[in-house]
Amino acid sequence: MTNLFPSIVSRPQSSNIMNILVPIIAIILTLITGAIIFSLMGFNAFFALHIFFISPISSAYGISELLVKATPLALIAVGLAFCFKNNIYNIGAEGQLTMGAIFGGGIGIYFHDTNSFWLLPLMIIGGAIGGAVWAMIPALLKNKFNTNEILTSLMLVYVALLILDYLVVGPWRDPEGYSFPKTRPFSDSGRMPLLFEGLRIHIGLIITLILVFISWFVFAKTIFGFQLKVSGFSPIAARYAGFNQKILIYIAFGICGAFAGIAGLAEVSGPIGLLYRDISPNYGFTAIIVAFLGRLHPLGIIFASLIIALTYLGAEDAQLFMQIPAAVGFLFQGLVLFYLLGADFLVKYKLEFKKSK
Amino acid sequence: MIKFFKYFTIILTFFGLTISTAYSDPKKVGFIYIGPPGDHGWTYMHDQGRIHMENQLGGAVTSTYIEGVPENADAVRAIRKLASSGHDLIFTTSFNYMDQTLEVAKEFPNVMFEHATGYKRADNVSTYSARFYEGRTIIGHIAGHLTTTDTVGYIASFPIPEVVRGINAFYLAASKVNPGIKIKVIWAFTWYDPGKEADAANTLINQGADIIVQHTDTFAPCQAAEKAGVLAFGQASNQEEFCPNAHLTAIEDVWGPYYAARAQAVVDGTWSSTETWHGMDKGMVVMSPYNAKLMSADLIQEAINMEVAIKDGSLHPFAGPIYNQAGELVVPEGQNADDGMLAGMNFYVQGIDDELPQ
Repeated sequence: MTNLFPSIVSRPQSSNIMNILVPIIAIILTLITGAIIFSLMGFNAFFALHIFFISPISSAYGISELLVKATPLALIAVGLAFCFKNNIYNIGAEGQLTMGAIFGGGIGIYFHDTNSFWLLPLMIIGGAIGGAVWAMIPALLKNKFNTNEILTSLMLVYVALLILDYLVVGPWRDPEGYSFPKTRPFSDSGRMPLLFEGLRIHIGLIITLILVFISWFVFAKTIFGFQLKVSGFSPIAARYAGFNQKILIYIAFGICGAFAGIAGLAEVSGPIGLLYRDISPNYGFTAIIVAFLGRLHPLGIIFASLIIALTYLGAEDAQLFMQIPAAVGFLFQGLVLFYLLGADFLVKYKLEFKKSK
Repeated sequence: MIKFFKYFTIILTFFGLTISTAYSDPKKVGFIYIGPPGDHGWTYMHDQGRIHMENQLGGAVTSTYIEGVPENADAVRAIRKLASSGHDLIFTTSFNYMDQTLEVAKEFPNVMFEHATGYKRADNVSTYSARFYEGRTIIGHIAGHLTTTDTVGYIASFPIPEVVRGINAFYLAASKVNPGIKIKVIWAFTWYDPGKEADAANTLINQGADIIVQHTDTFAPCQAAEKAGVLAFGQASNQEEFCPNAHLTAIEDVWGPYYAARAQAVVDGTWSSTETWHGMDKGMVVMSPYNAKLMSADLIQEAINMEVAIKDGSLHPFAGPIYNQAGELVVPEGQNADDGMLAGMNFYVQGIDDELPQ
């Protein structure tokens, strides 16, 4: 007689090939489930999936929009990889993004009537500093008081959003804006230059690709990357090897915050052009899914960011052409994460139906 | 595999054909919503307006909407999607779509745009809004009569002129019948957040408010009032079914006739860029049925008389003399505040014991 419930047994060695295949399997399962859901809703599944995943990127504008959406996700997710590889669960990237937008955007507002080539670089540096400073708070609390960074980084998201609220309602409000809660627009030299006329994709894409490449180099080729990995796997081993865990925490948080801050600044000085309270559609949170879907690997993160960005665009097209509620897009994101975690688990563990004695 | 592709192509062609034959003739009207149509507040009423428009114009128009569009860079793509998929007229129904609407409108000069509650226009961009503050005058009058604690709780969204105007209109009318009345304001900094709105209502009730007024989108505050046994006014739509023992009346936004008229103008080819700010006289602001369980027949009659007076112009919600908090005369006696002052209103009138977030 077999037991009704299997026991969970750790696999001695998880297959390398499977580790790479897991995200692909998760996406295929998501598509199959999506097809079933669409069929149950009374739509032709092929047509629905076509509307969802193909039609949004069947024009140059569509591809540009995909990149506009994927760029901040990829940049933040690569930053998060620095933390997650070291088993530091910074989930406050949304707050670091907001702070980056405030610091960098603040420079843009102060120099709103200046047109000079140094303005944008200054704003980008401001964005990086803003995000990094905000990320230092949970890092400091963790190092000094051993607080749980999941809680502190998350709570600081709401603090950052409230500071932005305060600024756009109060001191930074556009004096010519009928007292509506938004700032003056940045000057032209405070905007991210567009890569192609008529498309919204801007130079932030290039900055992101450079930073992703540098991150790959750091992870794969430097001692620091190795230290991150080792102290993530085994903090005790890392301590014996003489790695300073506290400094690693500061650096990981700092890089992650800086990347999120640049992403926030790129969003406000790219497509938006000024500050108001609703600058990000939760990029900082969605990037957590992107980071894990991409296996914390820079190349994987780029692919993952494109896929998740596509679920947003697809949800809009599905509403327009099929009158499907917006929530379907989030459903797809949830499905991807669900299958990813499930498949991940089964790669590391196996289920055994043991005969009872 | 080849079979599969054949099947796939046939389906796509089939759908392509049905779409093109079905939509080739009537004008296409698109809507951008900030929330879900099921919010029973702001977005719900815009969706009711859309349905009214479709019914009125019959086969002359078809309509689609995209819901839950955030007020950020995403809005441009959503609006552009409507514009590039053959829509002739596009309504963007939240204030913060303003710059995004203009950005897309510049690129599609042959598509007509209508932006709700904004102030920037272009050759192919109209703006429209309703004089919600007229309703605030009536609920202020009712609240002045019914409060026993002389304290009214007011859940405000953002300190923008539309909301400040509403608070002022409410207070001017309430203090006329009850000079000792106090307003406690909580700024929720959201339009749509049932949890936050309910929390704000409970806080105000704990501070002694026995009537809850809201300028946010859901019926959560009214439900909180019902639970606590105090009174409330609904927002945007008639919310009586959600809080029958608290709901006195609601200020309803009625967009249908406007949407039908504008769509008809596109069908007829007579559409032009306009600025519309209609009130009770044109039926864009309507009071929900007054709750006879909670209000005396006399008070209901007074409210109805006020509606008539506002419609015929004999009662103006901002009739002078009006002083600001610093005690300066802003509207002299015998005059009414003009639309310019109302559109940019960013001060409290004298007597409101609160500070505007600056």
